[in-house]
Amino acid sequence: MQISSRLRLATLAAATTALMSTAALFGAQAQETYRIGYAISKTGPGAPGANTSTIPNYEMWAKEINDAGGLKVGDKMIPIEVVEYDDRSSSEEAVRAVERLINQDKVDFILSPWGTGLNLAVAPILDRAGYAHLAGTAVTDKAPQLAKRWTNSYWLLGTGEQYAVEMVKFLEQLKSDGKINDKVAMIAVADGFGIELSNAGRDALEERGFELVYDKTYPLGSQDLATIVNEIKSLGADTFVAFSYPPGTLGLTEQARVLQFNPKIFYAGVGTAFPLYKDRFGADAEGVVSLGGASETDPKIASYIERHVAFAGREPDRWASIVNWASLQSLQQAIERAGSTDREAVNAELAKGGFDTILGTYKPGDQNFWQVGQWQDGKFVGIAPTDMEGAHDLVFPKPDWKGAQ
Amino acid sequence: MLSYAVFSGITLGGMYALVAMGLTLQYGVSRIMNLAYGELVIVASFAAFVLMTSAGINPVIGLLIFIPASFALNWAIYRILLSPLVARAKNRGMLEVDSILATFGLLFIVQGILLVWFGGNYYSYDFMNGAVDVFGAAIAANRLVALGFALVFGLGFYLVLTRTRMGTALRAVAVDPQSARLVAIDVNFAACFAFALGGAMAAVGGVLVSMFLTFSTSMGVAFTMKALIVVIMGGVGNMLGALVAGLILGIAEALVATYIDPGLTIAVTYVIFLLVLLIKPSGLFGRTVS
Repeated sequence: MQISSRLRLATLAAATTALMSTAALFGAQAQETYRIGYAISKTGPGAPGANTSTIPNYEMWAKEINDAGGLKVGDKMIPIEVVEYDDRSSSEEAVRAVERLINQDKVDFILSPWGTGLNLAVAPILDRAGYAHLAGTAVTDKAPQLAKRWTNSYWLLGTGEQYAVEMVKFLEQLKSDGKINDKVAMIAVADGFGIELSNAGRDALEERGFELVYDKTYPLGSQDLATIVNEIKSLGADTFVAFSYPPGTLGLTEQARVLQFNPKIFYAGVGTAFPLYKDRFGADAEGVVSLGGASETDPKIASYIERHVAFAGREPDRWASIVNWASLQSLQQAIERAGSTDREAVNAELAKGGFDTILGTYKPGDQNFWQVGQWQDGKFVGIAPTDMEGAHDLVFPKPDWKGAQ
Repeated sequence: MLSYAVFSGITLGGMYALVAMGLTLQYGVSRIMNLAYGELVIVASFAAFVLMTSAGINPVIGLLIFIPASFALNWAIYRILLSPLVARAKNRGMLEVDSILATFGLLFIVQGILLVWFGGNYYSYDFMNGAVDVFGAAIAANRLVALGFALVFGLGFYLVLTRTRMGTALRAVAVDPQSARLVAIDVNFAACFAFALGGAMAAVGGVLVSMFLTFSTSMGVAFTMKALIVVIMGGVGNMLGALVAGLILGIAEALVATYIDPGLTIAVTYVIFLLVLLIKPSGLFGRTVS
């Protein structure tokens, strides 16, 4: 009894506070600002990812536009106003927050939450309310179908299959050149991302005559993967592929280094392209392969990275951040091209594409960015698709671990 | 393969035990079910990170500062936040409910402060990651250090609790605070002391795990959960129990990851936990309480 009466009181208090805070935001004002809303994981397990790939970009974008006087709509300059909620990394909370943004805050545009799961959760609601959805951090094999089902949704990072296949095509070339043997050891995090990429990777590898000598998943959140690395080390594979999430990616790299497991190709998952990885492993990051990549010689990308460092105090990651930024640039140009803040006019412009972004001429959803990258001399450069302009040669084989302090 | 699995399991278990020991003191002696425990572990991790990256001070040496600082902080938390709850609680159940609610709030305060200071990013630094050869198994030096601390503290506290006057007083308070008063034990002091000591242990755990784990402001809950499993499995308030339970879980996880499937490591933790609860509900080293 004690608990329930207390709990009831606490819930009531929380609900009242929540109500009061939304009431303050209630009531759309006259159009003197362009209201951008988003729910993002400021706390919970998604927070580190959101803080790396998404939040700094959203904040920097709004600040850059407002510093320049606002969005140029027709002959008026309209500043951006941001309404932000913490979805606590829960899809229920994200859905609630997005509904609030639509119904109570009546924002003009809603930016996407972080992660595949949360983006899938809010997609139907955004579609129903006629909002465009620039899903910036979702990787799903259903991306093409989803884009068809919800016409104003754009799945910026594409499918898991494309990353896996591009990587395997690259491996196939190395194998036919006689540089690596046909043995591959693969592990994946037991979560949407790892499962989709490993499924696609397994098929692509077996199709191209590779033998999977190790193929297992590990639980999300686990960082103690030494036993896995130790077992793989004894299997004689030249290629190690991990479709992992950040803490696991760092744990795996660390334990491979301790155990002196140094395959010719060391591919690690999300987190490798984070600046944290370079900070953590220094010279030992050299030669590690992963998803993403950045053409840092491109002045637009270089300027973006520089501004990001000045704004957020750290570098952006070399994968989702870049694509997200291109989508934000597209949004700005779509509003300015539409010459109006009318949602349908902006949506129509977004669908036309042809925006000038850090990824060149771009339409949200285009997959014209690096699928496979590698750390080379402290930069995470793009190596595949090999026919893309600015593709670097692979550093091969991966240099020896120099060792820890 | 087997020896490697066992040794890496022992280091993993040592880490679990280390993180759990403080909670077993706080919950067992002070009767405070501290839900903010994991956050205090993380605070120590961040403190070690800052000291290491900005001043270049070795985290193990940093413990000389962190242990007394955390002891003082937890002393203050007990005196200011928790002692009113203790004073008004009519029985153990009421204190547990109140302390759960209060420390639940504390969790959000600590997490909020960390978020403001450090943001939600991942943090990690490189310290003592060199390999050490242990009977043919290469184990990272920092994990061995953590294991060493776990063994020393586990056995040390066990001896202090069973062999000294102070330890006996603490155990008396753990068993029955009402009767302990009758034999002239200052129950309030003992409970406060145990809580602060538990907090100091949390800091030791946080500093040591920060040497090999990637951490973020939102990871505290994961530590609280794991520590809670170890504490309940080992028997609430029993340091040796926490040590043994931690090692059992660590070795079981490593063996399952090596010989069955790494995907089942979390499952095996809960299976063992369930089995212990079914066979010995008070924990491996726990006393049956009426």
